[in-house]
Amino acid sequence: MNRRDPIKTQVRAGIDNDPEGPLASIQLLSGEPRRKLDARFRGLCVTIAAVSVLVLIGLLASILLQGVPSLSLTLLTGGPEPDPSEAGIRPAILGTLWVCSLCALFTLPIGVATAILLEEFQPRNRYGRFIYSVIQLNISNLAGVPSVVYGLLGLTAFVSMFGLFGSRTSQGGGLEIGIRYYDQFFSEGMRSILIPVSDPSRPVSEPVDGMQGIDTSGNPVTLKVISVGEALPTGDALQYTLFDDAEAGRITKKAWYHFSLPLGRGVLTGALTLMLVILPVIIISSQEALRAVPSSLRDGALGLGSTPWQVVWHVTLPSAMPGILTGAILAMSRAIGETAPILIIAGIVYISRAPQNLMDDFTVMPLQIFNWISRPQEEFHSIAAAGILLLLGILLSFNALAVLIRQKLHKPLS
Amino acid sequence: MSSANSLATPTWRGDLDDRVGKYLGRSHRSLKLVRGRETVIYAILIASGLFSLLITGAIIYVLAIETVSFFKSDEVTFANFFGSTTWNPLLGGTKSFGIWALICGTMLVTAIAMSIALPLGLITAIYLSEYAPRGVRNVLKPVLEVLAGVPTVVYGFFALMTITPILQWLHSGFSVYNAASAGIAVGILCLPTVCSLAEDALQAVPRGLREGAYGLGATRFDVSVKVVVPAALSGIISAFLLAIARAVGETMIVALAAGSLAQATLDPRQQVQTMTGFMVQMASGDVSNYGTEYYSMYAVAFTLFVMTLALTMVGNLVRRRFREAYE
Amino acid sequence: MSNPITLTDEATAIEPRPRDGRQTHFAHSRDQASEPTTLAIGVRDLNAWYGDFQALHSISLDIPANRVSALIGPSGCGKSTLLRWFNRMNDTIPTAHARGSVHLGDTDLLSRTTDVVDLRRRIGIVFQRPNPFPKSIFDNVAFGPRLHMKLSRTELQDVVEWALRKAAVWDEVKDRLASPALGLSGGQQQRLCIARAIAVGPEVLLMDEPCSALDPASTLAVEDLIFELRRQYTIVIVTHNMQQAARCSDQTAFFYEGRLIEVGATTTVFTKPKQQQTEDYVSGKFG
Ligand SMILES: Nc1ncnc2c1ncn2[C@@H]1O[C@H](COP(=O)(O)OP(=O)(O)OP(=O)(O)O)[C@@H](O)[C@H]1O
Ligand SMILES: [Mg+2]
Repeated sequence: MNRRDPIKTQVRAGIDNDPEGPLASIQLLSGEPRRKLDARFRGLCVTIAAVSVLVLIGLLASILLQGVPSLSLTLLTGGPEPDPSEAGIRPAILGTLWVCSLCALFTLPIGVATAILLEEFQPRNRYGRFIYSVIQLNISNLAGVPSVVYGLLGLTAFVSMFGLFGSRTSQGGGLEIGIRYYDQFFSEGMRSILIPVSDPSRPVSEPVDGMQGIDTSGNPVTLKVISVGEALPTGDALQYTLFDDAEAGRITKKAWYHFSLPLGRGVLTGALTLMLVILPVIIISSQEALRAVPSSLRDGALGLGSTPWQVVWHVTLPSAMPGILTGAILAMSRAIGETAPILIIAGIVYISRAPQNLMDDFTVMPLQIFNWISRPQEEFHSIAAAGILLLLGILLSFNALAVLIRQKLHKPLS
Repeated sequence: MSSANSLATPTWRGDLDDRVGKYLGRSHRSLKLVRGRETVIYAILIASGLFSLLITGAIIYVLAIETVSFFKSDEVTFANFFGSTTWNPLLGGTKSFGIWALICGTMLVTAIAMSIALPLGLITAIYLSEYAPRGVRNVLKPVLEVLAGVPTVVYGFFALMTITPILQWLHSGFSVYNAASAGIAVGILCLPTVCSLAEDALQAVPRGLREGAYGLGATRFDVSVKVVVPAALSGIISAFLLAIARAVGETMIVALAAGSLAQATLDPRQQVQTMTGFMVQMASGDVSNYGTEYYSMYAVAFTLFVMTLALTMVGNLVRRRFREAYE
Repeated sequence: MSNPITLTDEATAIEPRPRDGRQTHFAHSRDQASEPTTLAIGVRDLNAWYGDFQALHSISLDIPANRVSALIGPSGCGKSTLLRWFNRMNDTIPTAHARGSVHLGDTDLLSRTTDVVDLRRRIGIVFQRPNPFPKSIFDNVAFGPRLHMKLSRTELQDVVEWALRKAAVWDEVKDRLASPALGLSGGQQQRLCIARAIAVGPEVLLMDEPCSALDPASTLAVEDLIFELRRQYTIVIVTHNMQQAARCSDQTAFFYEGRLIEVGATTTVFTKPKQQQTEDYVSGKFG
């Protein structure tokens, strides 16, 4: 004992008081090394915590440095032009809006219903309990499936629908509504004339004299076909005159309600695929929200003669709503940032406008950003950084909304 | 005992009593109707519950049938797929589908990621759960939440534009696309996952255990490392497994930063291709929809799915066991 | 003890209790405790389990109509279990099951075919902790009537006022019916829960330690209320408070370790118990 450790001395004194006691012969270890270890570990912890804050700062700084100079109005209004100074992210923003709102529309009811089933309708027999535990385990496993795998599922199950409805090409095919096919001619008077096509699988129409068509404003016109070498008419007639070797191009016009099977690479497919990705997330967070409702409220409602669903509808669900909404918003912010499954089903395509119907091609913000990052030109990288800033801004406001809901709507329940 | 005097105002009594008596005596709502509605709703709920099983079924079915079409192709043999380390599906003459090249790339990136995420995540969790004063907690938790909410494509950007240049500056051997950069970014991505799951596990350890140890004169370090961590070990292991599964399935970071050359290498300075990276390469390029290389995407996805499913399944089972032990 | 005011009419004849749940019970008030009573709930040879654990052993007990029956006994002896079988609240516990018979009039309460929803409307329950819904005071009381009856707005208001008056909280809450029920004091909340239970017009009211979370003043208010309500409802009350059982019950049943040890008129049980265990318990030697 060459060091005077105050605690040790004290304890020692206690033991020494009883020289006959069983502890009398024990040599106490010094507490000093242990306390040093504790202090060192605490130091390590603080360092690591600081590092993780630094990483976040570094992440934000590197993006801010590259992105801020490229933030401009063009970014918000432009399409994915090949010239970096004109490139913008508007079609992608609108695509994200479409896909994610549709996705929320599908996912919320199914997710909340599943959570209600698992939390509020407990099975009463062994068989039912087994099925419930299988569903529960299955949901936690689904939450761990990589999102890119859901992309492949979407590719087979939604894009081509297992080939059940044939495949869709520019010649039609599959089941379609809200779409019209036209063959388009350009008359010698430089007017476009559309010939309605009843069967899109037939080859493109040949010009025939007296053919009925419509002009661009939808008025019916009769075509006049002349052989090559014949003199062109003059005046108005020129506008509806074609040479007999004129060639048509097949075009389509889609109504806003255009729908087809298989679903193809459209907005609807994107929404359904994202639904698969975030459904487990929404189920799990809704379950947690329902579990937080005190069971005394359920008992109270049951004791008044409510049916199980009435308990859910009038008591449990309203009480759990803030929690469910918070979880749903966080899940949606995950959906907004999800890239891989969308990339698998939509591929990288040039999209210059917002989707017009559920079947329309689309892109989403993170996919557009990915596209820009993978370009070799430096300018696109800084546009990508600006796009990331925009994306992070949206996500951050979503998170803020979730926090707000949690605080504003959260009432004590008992 | 005195009678409640609020009942003693005689004016309302006969009146209100009679009226309410009449209302309460009226025929009640048809129970049949209520029951019917209840049955319909229950059926809907069950249907949505079974929907999640359907998704799993569909994943397995889709991956299985397309993988079968893959193996049916003349260009593919089992021996080649499971026995070769050359993955070369696109070049016409020398096609080879040796999945080990992709698995190796995945493993390398995952290993780098986990060597960052697991220790840092666990220590941060211990710190948050056992040491951190409230103020630090209030800063650190939101930071981790923000880190967890950042889309992966952003981490990809970070890896390519920031981590890679730093690595190249440190050591000239790093190529533009390299496993280390992707691995580090994946590690940062997984850190919040490890941290919050591990912290849950630590928090679940009963207070009494800690108090018992403190009562014996243990330091905070002793309590955390010798008492709480062992008690929460299965929960921590489950957190690790789930994080590994997440890293194995991570897609956009590796697609951007790891490169697109499938090779079986352990050198983190080299470019590698992971299973997910290959799928992205296929999806973003123009590949015909029916060639062997198209189906190879499903075979790779199947392999990936089996690996992650095994990890998450074991992770979830361990977690469930752990929770049962303490709840 | 002052003479309680007659609430309804002068009818004194005891009519059979309504069985179909459609009639109201207002004509069936009882004036004097000395009159012969009818049977409300009959329990015969009831055994109840939670999983493998048997919580009740062969209970046989009669609950008289329009009386207050108190269930007493040390903690864990199965009082709540018995009470919760009366209106099948135990259905919510997956492991709970029971054998034997419990009848409310002709209705077999334990039968699989009994409609528990209708049953719980006929047998209301008040819990130990006040559990108002996180809604307004009005909506709390209107909750049951809205489920079971088609009422116009004014009719609903009548029912709510009536129930709140019956539960002796009307004067305290009449000016803030739209404010949240969770803003009330514990005692007010508990009386609100009683109002909520009687607003659906039950025949029997079960109360599981209704005063244990309340202060003495609120306890007194609720006890007064119980005394008042027994003219129109059959009341079964679980209590740990001997004075309470003595003050406001007509019949007392003493339970010990899942068995019914003794049952009889409250005065008898408290003054001349037949069993030693009962005497020990009511005199405070254990429990
Ligand atoms: N949900 C349950 N699962 C398993 N056992 C239970 C459950 N509820 C009660 N028990 C057991 O059944 C027995 C009777 O419980 P009960 O709640 O009826 O007692 P009690 O007389 O109401 O007690 P207290 O006066 O404390 O409320 C107890 O031993 C209790 O441990
Ligand atoms: Mg009890």
